[in-house]
Amino acid sequence: MLRRVLTAAACLSLVAGCSLSGGGGSTPAEGDHVVTLVTHDSFTAKQETLDAFKASSGITIKQVASGDAGALTNKLVLTKSNPIGDVAFGVDSTFASRALTEGVFAEYASPEATKGAQRYQVDGSNKLHAVDVGDVCLNVDIAGLAAKGVPEPTSYADLVDPKYKDLLVVEDPATSSPGLAFLLGTIGEYGPTSWTEYWTKLKANGVKVVSGWEEAYNQDFSGSAGKGPRPIVVSYASSPSAEIGEDGTPRTKAVLGTCYRQVEYAGVLTGAKNPEDAKKVLDFLLSEQFQADVPEQMYVYPSREGVKLPEAWTKAAPLPTSPRTLPADQVSANREQWVSQWRTLVVG
Amino acid sequence: MAHARSGLTWAFAALVPLLFLGVFFAWPVLAIVHLGLRDGGLLDELTAAGTWELVGFTLGQAAASTVLALVAGLPVAFLLARCQVAGTGFVRAAVMVPFVLPTVVVGLAFRALWPDGGVLPIVLANAFFNVAVVARTVGGLWAHTDRRAEDAARALGASRPRAFASVVLPALLPAIGSAASVVFLFCATSFGVVLVLGGARYRTLETEIYLRTVELFDLSGAAALSLLQFAAVLAVLLLGGLARRRRETALSLRGKADVVRRPTGGEWGVVAAAFAVVLTLLVPVVGLVLRSLSTVDGWSLAGYRALTGTGERGTLAVSGVDAAVNSLRAATDATLLALTIGVFSAVVLVGLRRGRTPWGIGEALDTALMLPLGVSAVTVGFGYLITMDALPGDLRTSPALVPLAQALVVTPLVVRIVLPVLRAVDERLRQAAATLGASPWRVWREVDLPLAGRSLAAAAGFGFVVALGEFGATSFLARPDAPTLPIVIARLMSRPGQLNSQMAYAACAMLMVVTIAAVLLIEKLRVPSSGEF
Repeated sequence: MLRRVLTAAACLSLVAGCSLSGGGGSTPAEGDHVVTLVTHDSFTAKQETLDAFKASSGITIKQVASGDAGALTNKLVLTKSNPIGDVAFGVDSTFASRALTEGVFAEYASPEATKGAQRYQVDGSNKLHAVDVGDVCLNVDIAGLAAKGVPEPTSYADLVDPKYKDLLVVEDPATSSPGLAFLLGTIGEYGPTSWTEYWTKLKANGVKVVSGWEEAYNQDFSGSAGKGPRPIVVSYASSPSAEIGEDGTPRTKAVLGTCYRQVEYAGVLTGAKNPEDAKKVLDFLLSEQFQADVPEQMYVYPSREGVKLPEAWTKAAPLPTSPRTLPADQVSANREQWVSQWRTLVVG
Repeated sequence: MAHARSGLTWAFAALVPLLFLGVFFAWPVLAIVHLGLRDGGLLDELTAAGTWELVGFTLGQAAASTVLALVAGLPVAFLLARCQVAGTGFVRAAVMVPFVLPTVVVGLAFRALWPDGGVLPIVLANAFFNVAVVARTVGGLWAHTDRRAEDAARALGASRPRAFASVVLPALLPAIGSAASVVFLFCATSFGVVLVLGGARYRTLETEIYLRTVELFDLSGAAALSLLQFAAVLAVLLLGGLARRRRETALSLRGKADVVRRPTGGEWGVVAAAFAVVLTLLVPVVGLVLRSLSTVDGWSLAGYRALTGTGERGTLAVSGVDAAVNSLRAATDATLLALTIGVFSAVVLVGLRRGRTPWGIGEALDTALMLPLGVSAVTVGFGYLITMDALPGDLRTSPALVPLAQALVVTPLVVRIVLPVLRAVDERLRQAAATLGASPWRVWREVDLPLAGRSLAAAAGFGFVVALGEFGATSFLARPDAPTLPIVIARLMSRPGQLNSQMAYAACAMLMVVTIAAVLLIEKLRVPSSGEF
């Protein structure tokens, strides 16, 4: 009897050992400079760029993906006494305040941060540095609107016009980051009290609410491969660059009067095990070389000035010039209340 | 005397799975709940009207989905276990396909049919995922039960329904109870489909815990809801345990040749129903394949061709094919681990029952093994963050945590499939073997293993498929340079661009093909001594 138990226990530990060792793969050798970069799930970088950085600095970047911007921020807060990495990238303007209040990031004045990133600084400290800008705007299906004989909308106010009845699909701000950005945009436009009137009118005009960007863009929006029924959707300023027809003309367009600015930040973590190398990785994220890859890799705009955008972007997805913004501390203080007000009002 | 000693040995052996659960489940969950409750607020949350609505909707939709999955799954179980009909091999594999599909893809497929979402599509989608649980769990036992009692009842004049109700059903009850509790737990904690199909209107404890934890960082609210979820799950498990209690009795288990035959008369109706269920399951699947082929300008195979690359302008870190290989690797690890822990636990549970161990330790272990199915993945995941750094090697960001986390989910399934069969092994066979001088290990190898062989293969296949499709734990823990197919699909779905969308659906099709191939292969790899019986 006991022998049976022991045999089974031995098998158990053997198999556990196999799977542990099977996970290793490309573990760096002892003595290498390794920096753990904690990111949101959308982070990607070109292998050649990472290799070039390794060749010049001797640092290997080990990436750990940690969910969306919200999940990432909360994980960093939970683990701040013993951080899961050295540098974090992907805390956005919505969550920046919380991360700073909780003391997740350490001060570091990067020499690269003065080349454009400083324009998006959060609180005057040098704890968070803008890596990219990704505006959330309405996208329209150009042919879809033309087929209905409706002009392209240019502002938030247009959408409550009966012409646009049942044409708009948005994401729930409680579950979707672009959904929240769009709500914040309307609050920036109409102010912290009258935005509710605007949404009451939007609701009366047949706005459709879905949980996430995937459903809204891929299924309800008529301008994507899903060929849905609604020609206006909340998406990103960059999305049209991916919807260019074979003849080279864009099928969709961002409505530049309806954009809300979202900035994604990086910073060195308080208590990083390898702070000196971590600073070099932060410099790298702000460097010309990395910034040039940002549009194609992550569908966002570089924070650095003077970085050339790819051709498809200059044609179909220029950076909005006058987006709405709200101060990070205001968003942080009111977000929960706004979202629950929105829920009562729109879903109710 | 002998009983008391073996009882103690089994109680000691029960510590092994309990230790695993303690470290990788109970500790992280308790740590995060404790952290949330530190700030108080529990009472406020429990007295809020919205909270009880959440509980009601969560349990209600789970109950409805469970009933539907049972009704749809039983004919399929009958077909797989009892019938010699062309196409059963395909059905056996096809019924597993829904299980691996990413929930967001299934959610979208059902939204294509019900554009506004709602309760009905949520229930249908949950049942869609879980028909396989019923077919496999019940089919596993059904394939081993002796047909002669039923035939005798028929010969004595009982109608087919009467023979089913009074002979077959009682014998199957333990497996049906097992399946029902697993399905209920899966549905109660179903996340992706509720989010996609419920929109902002229909929320469950699971989606609310996720929102509170991840988006709002309201850990005290999340902890209160986690406690409620825990209480509800525990209540359901105890009820299920009561229903199963003492029902798992010795049956005269038979081999395949004795139980499988061509259906006759009214049985064809059941077979037809089973095939109808499978065809219904394939509707969303076909829709998905169509989407992988359609473009703005007509039909195209571009999505499939793109699978050898890394997506439109390098969306992915690896090619779709590499991701499939990663998936197979990770799932193998998780299956081996879960099979080992699961079979070990099942053997211990049988031994505890037989050894007449006091203190209800068997029931406690059984319930404890099921708990991970009913507790929110985000609770466990965030719990890992604040506990796993205390273990050597800082497991928090280690890829080794992926098979461990997956094994938590797969182990209870293995136990539920294998346990009813092991418990049904007639004690007299063992006693006879022991009297003839066989050692306990030999008794297990010569008696239990051959009789339970097919359910082991079923458990392995099932576990593998669950691990293949696992998304929650993997998305947080997998190495970004070695993503699995479900992660690749999610990444592609979250990007604009026609090719990315097509490639996402093509990757789903590939995941289905890999699943079917894996299931067919595992079916072939049966334990040798049980292969032909």
